[in-house]
Amino acid sequence: MEIQDKENAPTNVVGKPLDRVDGPAKVTGAARYSAEISVPGTVHGVLKTSTIAKGRIASIDTSKASQEPGILGIFTHQNLPKPAKTPKQIEKWRAAQSYLPMQDDQIQYAGQPVALVVAETLEAATQAAALIKVTYQADAPIDSYLDPKAELFDPQKIQQGKADGHVVRGNPQQAYDGAAIKHEATYVHAINHHNPMEPAATLAVWEGADKLTVYESSQNVTMHQGNLAELLGMPREQVRVVTKYIGGGFGCKGSFWPHTILTVLAARAVNRPVKLALTRQQMFTGVGHREDQEQTLRMGATAEGKLVSLVHTKKATTSPWDNYTESNGKVIDMLYACPNYSTVYELARANVMTSVWMRAPGEAPGSFALESSMDDLANQLGIDPIEIRLRNYAEHDHSNGKPWSSKSLKQCYKRGAELFGWDKRNPQPGQNRRGRMLVGHGMATATYPVHSSQGTARVRLFADGHAVVEAGATDLGTGTYTVMTQVSADALGLPPDKIRFELGDTRLPTAPGSGGSVAAGTVASSIMAAAQDVWEKVVKMAVADKKSPLYKARPADVKVELGRMFLVKNPQKGETLVAALGRSGQPDIEGSGTGKYGAGYETQKFSPIEANENSDDKEKKASGHSMHSFGAHFCEVEVDPDLGTIRVTRWVGVHGAGTILNRKTASSQMSGGAIYGIGSALMEETFRDPNYARYTNSDLASYHVPVNADIPDIQIEFVPEKDPYINLLGVKGIGELGMVGVAAAVANAVFNATGRRMRSLPMTPDKMLEALRLPA
Amino acid sequence: MNNFSYTQADKAKDATAAKRDDKSAAFIAGGTTLLDLMKLNVENHGQLIDVNLLPFRGIAMTKDGLRIGALERMSDVGAHPLVVQQFAMVSESLLLAASAQLRNMASIGGNVLQRTRCGYFRDTAFPCNKREPGSGCPALEGDNRNLAILGTSDACIATSYPGDLAVALIALDAVLTLENAKGKQRQVPLTKFYLLPGTTPQRETVLEADELIVAVTIPQTEMARKSKYLKVRDRASYAYALVSAAVGLEVQGGVVKGARVALGGVGAQPWRCFEAEKMLVGKPATEATFRAAAEVALRGAKPREHNTFKVEMAQNTLVRALSEVAAA
Repeated sequence: MEIQDKENAPTNVVGKPLDRVDGPAKVTGAARYSAEISVPGTVHGVLKTSTIAKGRIASIDTSKASQEPGILGIFTHQNLPKPAKTPKQIEKWRAAQSYLPMQDDQIQYAGQPVALVVAETLEAATQAAALIKVTYQADAPIDSYLDPKAELFDPQKIQQGKADGHVVRGNPQQAYDGAAIKHEATYVHAINHHNPMEPAATLAVWEGADKLTVYESSQNVTMHQGNLAELLGMPREQVRVVTKYIGGGFGCKGSFWPHTILTVLAARAVNRPVKLALTRQQMFTGVGHREDQEQTLRMGATAEGKLVSLVHTKKATTSPWDNYTESNGKVIDMLYACPNYSTVYELARANVMTSVWMRAPGEAPGSFALESSMDDLANQLGIDPIEIRLRNYAEHDHSNGKPWSSKSLKQCYKRGAELFGWDKRNPQPGQNRRGRMLVGHGMATATYPVHSSQGTARVRLFADGHAVVEAGATDLGTGTYTVMTQVSADALGLPPDKIRFELGDTRLPTAPGSGGSVAAGTVASSIMAAAQDVWEKVVKMAVADKKSPLYKARPADVKVELGRMFLVKNPQKGETLVAALGRSGQPDIEGSGTGKYGAGYETQKFSPIEANENSDDKEKKASGHSMHSFGAHFCEVEVDPDLGTIRVTRWVGVHGAGTILNRKTASSQMSGGAIYGIGSALMEETFRDPNYARYTNSDLASYHVPVNADIPDIQIEFVPEKDPYINLLGVKGIGELGMVGVAAAVANAVFNATGRRMRSLPMTPDKMLEALRLPA
Repeated sequence: MNNFSYTQADKAKDATAAKRDDKSAAFIAGGTTLLDLMKLNVENHGQLIDVNLLPFRGIAMTKDGLRIGALERMSDVGAHPLVVQQFAMVSESLLLAASAQLRNMASIGGNVLQRTRCGYFRDTAFPCNKREPGSGCPALEGDNRNLAILGTSDACIATSYPGDLAVALIALDAVLTLENAKGKQRQVPLTKFYLLPGTTPQRETVLEADELIVAVTIPQTEMARKSKYLKVRDRASYAYALVSAAVGLEVQGGVVKGARVALGGVGAQPWRCFEAEKMLVGKPATEATFRAAAEVALRGAKPREHNTFKVEMAQNTLVRALSEVAAA
């Protein structure tokens, strides 16, 4: 047999820009999203939500509503069956919001569910919900940390107790006080809502009283299963959660929210499958948001611009019960070589639902502060923005003292500058005009950590040369189906169309959800581990099979690459996995495995180089490293000096993120990150009325996300990067990376265009005009 | 949304009579505003009378000017060669509005009856004097960034008409043809069609309950031809105007002979700037003249906490639009 030329092998598809395998199903409508699934007997649920933000329900009159034809149940706090536990009592699967509405007459936030109508049709349920009369005793609500009634407090811990509210490294105050250059600035971030195209939806199907299937728009089916089992007091095996397709989530579908359990409880009560989808308006008060916040960053530097101290504080709004706030400080702690650092979080309770992670939580607003201040520092010193970053380049992670597992940031700066034509930038602000427009160029750094994770996968290779690969992961629409098909194809030496990759079901092996950029790295390595289990079994078959070229070989002398087994010392001697399996008479063979992302390193089987190291050593080695993706954004803006409008006219993003599984889907994801960041930079803002603590722009006509006309051509490149510590395939996550630093890159370009520093997001025309009125 | 009945009218008289006889009824053409408001329970109609089969069609030049049937679609009118060539600001105001899908659905008659985008009006959880007279106006001390600064009252500061087309129509002295249940027609200039909020913000136009808009007629002038609609908004497309300007000029030998000026996004109704027009006529077509006119146009503006920027933005928008038209 010929030795396969690896580069040209038909199965060497990892990295190739393979078209989405789920594309045809999506464009033909064959793909069913959660709210599109129906089982026989499905009926419809509609939520009625609170009009006030604080107080109590004085009365609920359902008499008119219950006379509508087709009504199966109207549930309020008075008659909704109680769950076995409340979210607050569940430690392991802690929901973002510990408070569950409809348990008593209390109202704690506007838009809180107060009733759930179940009817034969969506129309009947909608009509009945409108006919329910709720009267309230309203109290004056607190709307935000800026409310005079609000009291800032020290939460000690943030992130549901998982992260410290105070972090100090070195002696930041003293270092700042003694610094040659001191820079202090406050940055404001508006409330943002995730606003995926697909609203959150639940279809709850009970089979008897003790078996439940839920079709949920979930970024993490295991998390939804765990929460539901605990809330209902059921064994996890009796609860199945299915999510085959998600129309975007950006974090809001990665936690457990009230509508899911309310629908499940109502379905059990009416003994019918109940489907409930949040309306667009309810999406603003049903699945969390990015909280309103301000950060102050004090930056001390030497006369040459080397950072000596970063002192960061953050104030933000949180809910009446939970201490959630994005951990903005982490990126400020690790991005540069700075010996002294501190961060302190202060929160204020207001009558809002608990906020939650939203794409690049912490890193996105944190990098806005850090990368804007760095731009100021460069301008103050009269040096190039890239130069200031190189002077402070972190050769290791100063937040923990560890070496990087890999870092290609210098290459990203260099390549990005080349692609953009950065050398042609005029460093003098306000000097560059194109017709009436002020033109500016800005850049910023992107980074995102590797959050350690692990998961399992199952590989079933059939003797006829196809395979079914399974992991209970999810696909946000970013390409999990596609990239895992590619990984499986190469692991088994099959063309991608001979692979069926299944995800999104708790019956499948447990995988992490899509969140924190962990899915690609974890699921890819778990598939590799499961494939290796198959290899091991087939190699055993082959060496015992007289007809195999590997007959009587020692398994340790056999290597497997792209689905072909061969002798390490004589690569011509070998055969494919499928050939050996086919001769065995066994119809199929199954393997499973656990993959780790960031936390350790799996044993590479059949690799003599790796075989000498045991996995404990590798775990130790991996945990001795700090793992992050890095990148650089370059952007051009045009600012209309009379009208205050800012348009992004050019964008270049260059990133180093380990092995890129699919150049096309990865580029799309990085473009999407830039677009999401441009949205937060220029237009995304939810307004919460100060007197009513209620949003005034809960729809997609008033809450502006970028449209095509706002987005220029975006150029994305990845620099080649091999990371030996992350996982078997060297995959780093990219879901969040593309958004981190985007707002700062835009603000830095606006500064270059106008000489005005914009520190409040979004940078809407009114703010720009006001800044232009003041002297530069 | 509540349950409602749906009827299709093939004669104007059937439609207007049905509306006269049923106080809960509403006409529906494109439905792009109406259905939204019904879904939000802001409007609750027992009956929808579909008027799409009525013969209120056609785009043609008449002795009174360009006559556009009320049931013509925004996209068709915006792209019509007569409109593009002779009524530039009308075409631009249509094509810069909404999205392609909405423009394909929305009718001209429905467009001039658009209702405000004020967040308090559109959410029944809030008080709103326009929606529930006497209940109050939280916008005064709340989210007023995109609300009006001219023609407002203590009862209402909404930009009652949030769109674009009517700003151009009011600038060009367009006239609506209305027909009632008796089959009688009357002509109402756009400048007399809208009502300021005063103490009755729920009354937005002079349209009677049994009246339908049949057509709009725009006089043909040099100022209609040499004109521009400039729209400033938070994103590049598919957004309501923060501020917009519809301007037309007749300039001879560098001197303004005639001017048409209206503003969108700043007035309690589409805002015709008669004083600014007067001040422009007879003056040299220079930026200094335009700046002075812009200041006059915004005289008497009453901005609130979040919309003070509109004064300067509207002035700059007017100066930009006038300068560009003069230079064209």
